[in-house]
Amino acid sequence: MRRRLKRFGAIVRKEIVQLVRDRTTLGIVLIIPFLELFLFAYAVDLTVDHIPTAVADLSLDSQSQAFIHALEISGYFDMEMYLEDEAAVVRAIDEGRARAGVVIPPDFAAQVERGRGQALILLDGSDSFTVQSGYGAAVAIAQDRALKLMVEKVSRMGASLGALPISTSTRVLYNSTLDDMVFIVPALAGILLQVLAVNLTAIAVARERELGTIEQLLITPIRPIELMIGKMVPNILVTAFDMLSVVLLGVFWFGVPFRGNPWLFAWLSLLFLVSGLGMGLLISTMAQTQRQAQQGSVLLMLLSMLLTGFLYPRAPMPPAVKVIGNLIPLTYFVRIVRGIFTKGVGLSFIWSDVVALAVYGGVVMAVASATFRKRLD
Amino acid sequence: MAYDITISAQGLVKRFRTRRGVVTAVDGVDLQVGRGETFGLIGPDGAGKTTMTRVILGLLKRTAGQSSILGYDSMRDTFAIRERVGYIAQQFALPGDMTVMENMCFFADVQGVDRHEQRQRIPELLEFAGLTRFTGRIARQLSGGMKKKLALACSLVHQPQVLMLDEPTLGVDPVSRREFWNLLGNLRAERGLTILVCTPYMDEAERCSRVGLMYGGRLVARDTPAAIKKTVPGRLLEFTPSDLQRAVPLVARLDGVLEVQTYGQMLHVFVDKVPKRRREIEGVLAGQGIACAGMREIEARMEEAFISLVRRRREGEWTSTPLSLKT
Repeated sequence: MRRRLKRFGAIVRKEIVQLVRDRTTLGIVLIIPFLELFLFAYAVDLTVDHIPTAVADLSLDSQSQAFIHALEISGYFDMEMYLEDEAAVVRAIDEGRARAGVVIPPDFAAQVERGRGQALILLDGSDSFTVQSGYGAAVAIAQDRALKLMVEKVSRMGASLGALPISTSTRVLYNSTLDDMVFIVPALAGILLQVLAVNLTAIAVARERELGTIEQLLITPIRPIELMIGKMVPNILVTAFDMLSVVLLGVFWFGVPFRGNPWLFAWLSLLFLVSGLGMGLLISTMAQTQRQAQQGSVLLMLLSMLLTGFLYPRAPMPPAVKVIGNLIPLTYFVRIVRGIFTKGVGLSFIWSDVVALAVYGGVVMAVASATFRKRLD
Repeated sequence: MAYDITISAQGLVKRFRTRRGVVTAVDGVDLQVGRGETFGLIGPDGAGKTTMTRVILGLLKRTAGQSSILGYDSMRDTFAIRERVGYIAQQFALPGDMTVMENMCFFADVQGVDRHEQRQRIPELLEFAGLTRFTGRIARQLSGGMKKKLALACSLVHQPQVLMLDEPTLGVDPVSRREFWNLLGNLRAERGLTILVCTPYMDEAERCSRVGLMYGGRLVARDTPAAIKKTVPGRLLEFTPSDLQRAVPLVARLDGVLEVQTYGQMLHVFVDKVPKRRREIEGVLAGQGIACAGMREIEARMEEAFISLVRRRREGEWTSTPLSLKT
């Protein structure tokens, strides 16, 4: 046992020395969380507003002006150019000078008066985010405008409409201001943890194989399990640092509320980390070179971005795709992390995901250590 | 057998499954290396030297046969072997981004050498390997020769009884090569280490107590260097013809000429009787206007013996009778 601990300690020291000597990798790994967080906070915006818009107002009357004004003050559309007709608007979108267009036919006021006013909204379909928010905003603004006109008309006739027969009052739970960061930060912590754990571990093992240094390690009394866990230790330290930075920065700099129990969060993160490290080992046992290991972990990262519910909702995915998502540990952790972080729920609400993650981690580790051999072939 | 057997193999076979089919890298090797011997494994590239070393060490799974070191089975007692054997892989395989000292301490720790012993042994080994001045140097930045000396020092840190070296002087300059072999000689003399060394260099083979020639996965000859040299047919004449290209076929066709090897601008000709054949060769070549400079009889070296053995093997003249005089 003493010899075993000594060997294990030697491997951990070796890995830490090597990680610290590899300044480039270490620098990138330590900077990534800050980079991602600031990019998501200040550069990437999931709701599109201030869409550059081209206008062709063929009426130029009070009704058309009022409608265009309503679009503009909504904040979704910026009227950047006024053109002569529909063709010119389409051309502006073709050329990329505008992403949306508004065409108002002649006699708009008269048509509105007769209850038949129609305005044309053109949206750049090559960018689905613009279409989604532009479409929603335009419909809502037009309806709102129409309702106002109705109310005006009715009251001019001397009657009173009273209240509308149905009204909705919407309350967004957990994220009342619809702040993207509340949505992003917890899951970002999760994806960073997984990407780094997988990537660092896969490469640390594949590098030994590629350089041939694995041979000189295998010829010593080091047991495979000692080498395996010893290689993980520095990666656990680095990923824990990254995770903590994202969470602390998210909470104290970006004001993302942390509602749950931090210790529960910490323990479940560790559980998640185990499955990530196991994935990394699995990739490394299949990869012969660092390049292959790198590609394997990039593929996993791509699938994680798309299929785990990190950015895109899982509900509309076809069942087969959902199954692929279920093979990625992040899927469970995204739900866990949003549950604890944002909703503040306890173990009793997320236990099924916790169990899934535990089983997952156990299986991956078992398979990885079974394939990690004491020989070269 | 009069001596203890340290390294042994019986009917050892290693096959690799590749995409193009099954490759037999080691094909039924019997080998016995006694305690304190320095056994040189020679043979052309791809003969199976590295594979055989790795199988005996338990780094690769054997397909058939038996192998053991110090009585420990290569497959079953892998870790017992790893505690008692030092090994230097063919390519530089120490952690390159650690310093000389860090490497020494790492291997000492994983081999279970306690700190007290380390403080004494590591400086001794560094001194022995001539690395004392470079303890803080990053291993990757050492010269080729120093890398090998560091690998040797690391492989000795747990005082192994057996040393297995796979082409330890590949890509090392002649001076460092000599120094490395002097170190091995000291080890053998002072500690009675058993050494198995794969080498492509014939001058190194001459420094071994016994050599084995591997060819096509088989050990086709094994004996002392002196006995191996005696296996070359006839006696050896060396000379420099003025026209090498034309001289070779002319000489090869003569009666009593057993084998012709080119050696730079020189020809090495194996003949049955020296004075008679010498006159004939000079006569024939003079008749074609080719001068022979510096004709003399020389002692066959490992180099000629090796080339001759491999050539006869290739030509298939030589049936399955092994050449060894004693096993």
